[in-house]
Amino acid sequence: MVKLAHWIPVFPFIAFWLNLAFGRRLGRGSAYIAVAASLMSAALSVIVFLGLRHGAVAYDLAPWVTINGVPVTVGIMVDSLAVMMLLVVTVVGSMIQIYSIGYMGGDVRFSRYFAYISLFMASMLGLVLADNLLMLYIFWEGVGVCSCLLVAFWYEKPSAAAAGVKAFVTTRVGDTGLLIGILILLATGHSLRFADFGGFSGSEMLMAVAALLIFLGAMGKSAQFPLHVWLPDAMEGPTSVSALIHAATMVAAGVYLVARSYVLFTDHPLALQTVAVIGAISAVMAASIACTANDIKKVLAYSTISQLGLMMLALGAGGYAAGTFHLMTHAFFKALLFLGAGSVIHAVHTQDIRQMGGLIHKMRITAITFIVGALALAGVMPLAGFWSKDEIFMALWQNGNPVLFGAAVLTSFLTAFYMARVIFMIFLGVPRAETHAHESPAVMTGPLVVLALFATGLGFIGSPFCQGAFQQFITGHEEGVHLNAGMIIFSTLISLAGIGLAYLGVMRGVKCPGDDCPRRQWLIRVVENKYYIDELYQFLFIQPFNRLCAALTRFDRDRIDGAVNAVAVLTAALARFGRRLQTGRVENYLLMQVAGLLILLLFILGKLCHIF
Amino acid sequence: MPHFLTWIIFLPLIGALAVALIPARHEKCIRATAIGFNAFVLVAVVVLCAVFDRTQIGMQFSESHPWIPQLNIFYSVGVDGLSLALVFLTALLGLLACLASGTITRQVKEYYLVYQVLMIGMLGTFLALDLVVFYIFWETVLIPMFFLIGIWGGARREYAAWKFFFYTLAGSVLMLLAILGVYFTSTPHSFNMIALANPGLRINFGFQCVMFLLFFLGFAVKVPVFPFHTWLPDAHVEAPTPVSVILAGVLLKMGTYGLFRICLPLFPDVILIFAWPIGILGVVNLIYGACAAFAQTDFKKMIAYSSVSHMGFVLLGLAAMNATGFNGAILEMFNHGIITGAMFLLVGVLYERSHTRELAAFGGLASTMPRYAFFLTFMALASLGLPGLSGFVGEFMTLAGVFPYHSKIGIVGCVGLIAVAALFLLMIKRVLWGKPREGVAWPDMNVFEAGVIFPLVVLTLVVGFYPEAVLQFQKNAVDTLVNFL
Repeated sequence: MVKLAHWIPVFPFIAFWLNLAFGRRLGRGSAYIAVAASLMSAALSVIVFLGLRHGAVAYDLAPWVTINGVPVTVGIMVDSLAVMMLLVVTVVGSMIQIYSIGYMGGDVRFSRYFAYISLFMASMLGLVLADNLLMLYIFWEGVGVCSCLLVAFWYEKPSAAAAGVKAFVTTRVGDTGLLIGILILLATGHSLRFADFGGFSGSEMLMAVAALLIFLGAMGKSAQFPLHVWLPDAMEGPTSVSALIHAATMVAAGVYLVARSYVLFTDHPLALQTVAVIGAISAVMAASIACTANDIKKVLAYSTISQLGLMMLALGAGGYAAGTFHLMTHAFFKALLFLGAGSVIHAVHTQDIRQMGGLIHKMRITAITFIVGALALAGVMPLAGFWSKDEIFMALWQNGNPVLFGAAVLTSFLTAFYMARVIFMIFLGVPRAETHAHESPAVMTGPLVVLALFATGLGFIGSPFCQGAFQQFITGHEEGVHLNAGMIIFSTLISLAGIGLAYLGVMRGVKCPGDDCPRRQWLIRVVENKYYIDELYQFLFIQPFNRLCAALTRFDRDRIDGAVNAVAVLTAALARFGRRLQTGRVENYLLMQVAGLLILLLFILGKLCHIF
Repeated sequence: MPHFLTWIIFLPLIGALAVALIPARHEKCIRATAIGFNAFVLVAVVVLCAVFDRTQIGMQFSESHPWIPQLNIFYSVGVDGLSLALVFLTALLGLLACLASGTITRQVKEYYLVYQVLMIGMLGTFLALDLVVFYIFWETVLIPMFFLIGIWGGARREYAAWKFFFYTLAGSVLMLLAILGVYFTSTPHSFNMIALANPGLRINFGFQCVMFLLFFLGFAVKVPVFPFHTWLPDAHVEAPTPVSVILAGVLLKMGTYGLFRICLPLFPDVILIFAWPIGILGVVNLIYGACAAFAQTDFKKMIAYSSVSHMGFVLLGLAAMNATGFNGAILEMFNHGIITGAMFLLVGVLYERSHTRELAAFGGLASTMPRYAFFLTFMALASLGLPGLSGFVGEFMTLAGVFPYHSKIGIVGCVGLIAVAALFLLMIKRVLWGKPREGVAWPDMNVFEAGVIFPLVVLTLVVGFYPEAVLQFQKNAVDTLVNFL
């Protein structure tokens, strides 16, 4: 049963080609093809899940290339981590595609959208199933290009086109790290199979560097500081794309990669600590920006960066189960939030939360499901996010580093604050602008309800009530999860504090003391401007690169080609000089002849004098 | 079949004679004849690939006939894994470029006549085993190319043609010098590449270095290796579309082919010493080409400079001096021919409609020309080395080959890939994305234009997914090359 796994990505791949080739003739049919393929993959993933009780199954499909004598094969590895990811991708993916039938209905490139989404699904599932780093890299770039094409889906908008390029090039910076990491492993004669990872011989330092380079790839994909700049811009794409690619699945691939090659990190504490630190920085930084953003999708985008940072933090602190658990729950409730946001945007035709308000009366299903998702993200008991966040707290507590624990707590507080702020501003209160908002059609609300159910109940499989069934499944250890009342109360208090502060700020209009003091203003402006990181990159990398290219082009034209042309000009000048001797007048030639003769005679004369 | 390779080389000669016999006013008939003969060549080469024995080491289908026996000059030809891929590439692009030559309206008869002669030269260069024969075919390529650019080219065609001619001629003169040098120092005097390589030249090392450098310079102009590359943008921009395809797809490979076929087997000790500088030149090509392409405003010039960048990978693979690097380099030669050939065809499609190559004149074409958008996006992704398409395999193998020995060069090469990615994505953005221009209504690619590019798309996918399709042919040739070292 498990050995059917390689068929899972095949269905969407076929759907991609069908939609690409016959898209315009299929019309709405292209969506049905994509959804059907996705559902078939989901069904097969369930079968594989049921077939795989524990352990891992790996098998080769075909040889691919031989690198320095090491054969790299097209291989499949199915273990608990891969199965979890398969289920997340196919279930969330199917829901989002059903939603897209409504959301993208009427778009001129409807079939093209589903073609790209299908290609994305195929690449993402291939990425999950890859049994070695090179195969993973291949699909890794595949999802990257789908992301780029979908971000720039509405390419008529210059900002969308620019965002597509930025998404690809920024992640490519990280991917270069991943590529060099792969090359280091190959050059030191190591296998690229995940199953063979661990206990690598060779220089300790070099292996740590390889792990860090692989993490650089993960940072690019998972939009971790300092490579996070592309994700907020990527919100230019359709909201359903943001839900699927930039919230639930592709951006989680970085976390997946770290989890997949976890042994490499645990073997080298330096690498593991870096993962934790980068995760902590990203989590806090992005959460703080999310508090000041007014574009609903930007809030969710920064929230995604922050939550991915939390997962990295958990993994870096040794919380393997906690990190992967949060990856799973986050996929469901963040997809739900994005789809809910899409439903809202669909209704009010703006993304600015300052122009919304009181929408709960007009769109009840969207509002309730969105609030469920937001509370799950804020970590309110007993929703899914609560349990996974609780696991992360526990892992960090056991790890014992107070700074990392503090970062997680601060992130959690900020998360509760900004999500509550969003809810209050969109759904409660009074409308701030005139709208004719209405509830979205069933094809859109249906998936919202399904995802809301997951966001509510999914946490229990990792909770003490199920003896930590998820943790046992993912780690293969038999130890259960114990109820820790202190931690539960602590984290609930943190969430409630965040929600309460948002309530005071938004609903009551309470101003913090000293809000007007210039030093605070300065701080707020820095956060509002995303810490000026985009401007910094513009100044540090993009402008110098443009200048370098322009300078090289001038150099190429003036110096290098100039030298070539100079040789030609010189030759021509020499020829002109030579031509002057050829006057065509007999007397000139005669004169030269006589002169030559005279010189010759003098020479001979000199020789003769010398002899005698 | 006796004389199989000779037939392949000189089939275009029969084609040229046939074209010459048809009166100039029957343009369609001339075009059909030329296409027919090129198709015939392709079929013959496909048969050659099919009967080629992948397990056999050394030259196959080789034949040798005394030509000027007093000087030990033999007409000898043969094919191995190294040349097979390039012969296939020549035959394929030869046919496709011929199909795309419908845009040539002036002096049609002369065009196809000269084109057929060009085919002879290219096929002969890749199949010759005697240095003199090799040199003659090499020069045979030069003259038709001079006319093709100079007569059927763009506004500055004469400048470009002369520049191309003299620049490459200067290179080949150095090569001729080296050929004579090798001949007179070998015992017995010989021009045979195989005989000269086994057991190798037993002459003093300094002299070997000089000979190597002369050959290398000759080939470097053709590749082109920085800083000998400035003829290329001029020639490419001025050449008509099909000629650009041949120029980028096949002619550049003659230079790198020479490095593998002559420089390496004849001077293995020297090339080992020069591996490091060759690697540096490769990286310089890679990054310099990408940066120069980045700042271009001319679509065709941009692709031309990106060729410089891609050929850097071939040099990198050579610098690796191991099987993985060589495999990658040879595969990259093949892939670059396919991908850049398609790129120039696509530039030509746009030029036919707009009569400009300025990038600023385009924009928003994805809306108005969806089929064109697909092909251009596909080929741009292949160019930037997207895994799953052919470009990646060659680039990855060269990097993996060079990395264990010159890891710094490998790292710089990897970083250079970021620039290449940015280059091609910005190209997509400028040409295809954005709002469609007002008043611009160019028709989408027609079925014929799409059909010419389609085989290249298929090959890009096949090699990307299943690189063994090409690698299996070159395995023994690569092993032989490695054994020289």
